Amino acid sequence: MKAADSLLASLRRELFASRSDGVISVGLLVLIGAAVAGLLRWAFGQAQWVVIQANTTLFALGRYPLEQQWRIWLLVALLAMATGLSWGLLRANPRADRSGVLWPGNDRIAVAVLAFLAAWGPAALGLALPLQLRWWAITALLLILRWASGRWGRRLPAGLLRWVPLIWPLLYLLGMVLISGGLGLIQVPPSEWGGLLLTVLMASFAILASFPIGVLMALGRRSELPLLRWGSVLYIEFIRGAPLITLLFLGQNILGFLLPGGLAPDRVWRAAWVLTFFCGAYVAEAVRAGLASVPGGQQEAARSLGLSVPQALQHVVLPQALRIALPATVGQFISLLQDTTLLSLIGLLELLGTARTVMANPEFLGKNAEVYLTLAVLFWCCCAALGLGSRALERRLDPSNTPA
Amino acid sequence: MVRLRRLLASSPLLLALAIGGCADESGGGGVQSEKMNTIRSRGKLVCGVDGKLPGFSFLGPDGSYSGLDADTCRAVAAALFGDPAKVEYRDLNSSERFAALASGEVDMLARNTTMTLSRDSAGGNGISFGPTTFFDGQGLMAPVASGIRTLKDLAGKPICVESGTTTELNLADRMREQGIAYTPLKFQTGDQTYAAYLGGRCVAVTSDRSQLAAKRSSFPDPAAHVLLPEVMSKEPLTPASVNGDPAWSDAIRWTVFALFQAEELGITKANVAAKLAEAKANPNQADLRRFLGVEGDFGKQLGLPADFVVKVVGAVGNYGEVFERNVGTGSPLRLERAENRQWNKGGLIYSPPFR
Repeated sequence: MKAADSLLASLRRELFASRSDGVISVGLLVLIGAAVAGLLRWAFGQAQWVVIQANTTLFALGRYPLEQQWRIWLLVALLAMATGLSWGLLRANPRADRSGVLWPGNDRIAVAVLAFLAAWGPAALGLALPLQLRWWAITALLLILRWASGRWGRRLPAGLLRWVPLIWPLLYLLGMVLISGGLGLIQVPPSEWGGLLLTVLMASFAILASFPIGVLMALGRRSELPLLRWGSVLYIEFIRGAPLITLLFLGQNILGFLLPGGLAPDRVWRAAWVLTFFCGAYVAEAVRAGLASVPGGQQEAARSLGLSVPQALQHVVLPQALRIALPATVGQFISLLQDTTLLSLIGLLELLGTARTVMANPEFLGKNAEVYLTLAVLFWCCCAALGLGSRALERRLDPSNTPA
Repeated sequence: MVRLRRLLASSPLLLALAIGGCADESGGGGVQSEKMNTIRSRGKLVCGVDGKLPGFSFLGPDGSYSGLDADTCRAVAAALFGDPAKVEYRDLNSSERFAALASGEVDMLARNTTMTLSRDSAGGNGISFGPTTFFDGQGLMAPVASGIRTLKDLAGKPICVESGTTTELNLADRMREQGIAYTPLKFQTGDQTYAAYLGGRCVAVTSDRSQLAAKRSSFPDPAAHVLLPEVMSKEPLTPASVNGDPAWSDAIRWTVFALFQAEELGITKANVAAKLAEAKANPNQADLRRFLGVEGDFGKQLGLPADFVVKVVGAVGNYGEVFERNVGTGSPLRLERAENRQWNKGGLIYSPPFR
């Protein structure tokens, strides 16, 4: 009752403070309501979602061979298990510097959202019953592991806990092997990767590889050695001086001529490296901003305590600089994720490329709105996940949360 | 010094070996083609397609390529390997297609590429074109209800056109030639152009006929729109390979001609086995026997298996079947055969004799 009162009061204060405020508020609310109603009417009345339902595999994996798709299922299951485990352990072992929730506020909301998605998503996509069951099983695995590790995780020895985060890089490498083959698995060439798989793979590879490049280049640009400094400046300014699409075309068209037949990397990897170097230059500038904001006295103080220059960088300067650079860096990563859509222009079948080929299927001609809306939702989910992760990391790195 | 002398002494031997080797290969009667050797040792054909063009090349829900261009790739793979599945498709955009061909990234293009002088000539793009698989051209579409049936009916009427394209220039040229005054309504993108047309802002819209047909099939009521018979430009869409490997270009050329010839002879995907049995049983059907590789060495002359025609038609059918399946009146694009009919039915599809 009290909450409702205060909500009403705050609404009155925010939206209807004066007569003109009230008119503007009502006008805007009517506009927004009409737009939402129109969208819903279209989505549930006119839109023909069969274009999405018929092409789910294409959107998810592109042309990944059917008989090898168990590898992707296995990878998704492993990812779900790792997520459940890490999530539960974070909850079980809250520390002053480590907020135990993935979700701001209460992570029961996250559990509810996940459960809802697992129950509704596969059915809405019109997946066959066995596939729906797989998704339920995978979600159940995640939630059970979260519950179990949340309940008993506290009893694990601290020495073991310290190694748990290592499962993520290991899983990434394992995922690469599962996707591309090797170690006794049949090779699946990159030309057969596609859809969401290719988008996520390209973006994650470029993000992981561009971060060290960016940090090194930022340090290089502030270095006192002329060769290092000018090399970094040249790299950063060359990359920032050209639009990404130009660099992508350069990578696709020129490398084939420069390197003899078999030596040029596959076009998918060419694109991945171009993305990496492109993102690296921007990350370098974000990190440089972070470095510049750390007062010079910090470095001097560290040196006077007897730390070497690398030690001072590692323990004093970089932790502060990276924390400051984090929001800008994650912003760069989010824009990189969206930039992967440019790969469709060089003939790769990532999400947008897949969408364009689906829209060219005479059976689904003219279903552009359905396809683009689905793409927008998918991209929003990926970017929102990156943003959530970034803010969780910011909270964790916030010095006011760190015990003195 | 000693080493050098030894080398010099052995060089005539090396030379003789090299010449002997060459003589051996040419003596075998085999066709020398670096490209075909590369393709064979790789085990699959790399074929450049558009990948996003309705009716010509696109991905089906099961991840397989379909369309008239994709079938051309499939036919060539069937000719080379006897297996139409041995193709790796590569989506190329229009700006990178010739570079991909020249650098050897793709073995051939079946990518709705218009054959022109500057693309064919050694001083231009320098690529080698095969036979045209689809004669396209710029056309006009109007609502059936408008009663517009010829260019003349458009006098003084607004026509929707995408700005900055050759389409816009062609329309202006043709209308000026015929002295017809009209109002061009220009739009930045294709989507805007067709939206304006559907919204009734103009009485006709112009683009390549295959594109108009593709767009029409996405309209709420496709049957309410008609393509005018006038064709305002020539767009012969033609498969291509790199210049300088005539044997490979010939293999592509005669694979496509085989599709044409099979239609002319009434050989279809369904009856090719029966026709082959008939040819084997009847020594009097010399033409059919040669065409299907029962006698003669056409395949060998091209560096292909003797029965390549049987494999090609068995894989994709004849040209008429390929056309109907992908763009014809039975498909969502509902294109008439028009100039893509056989030569003896008033069209331009003509295979030189298999002789």
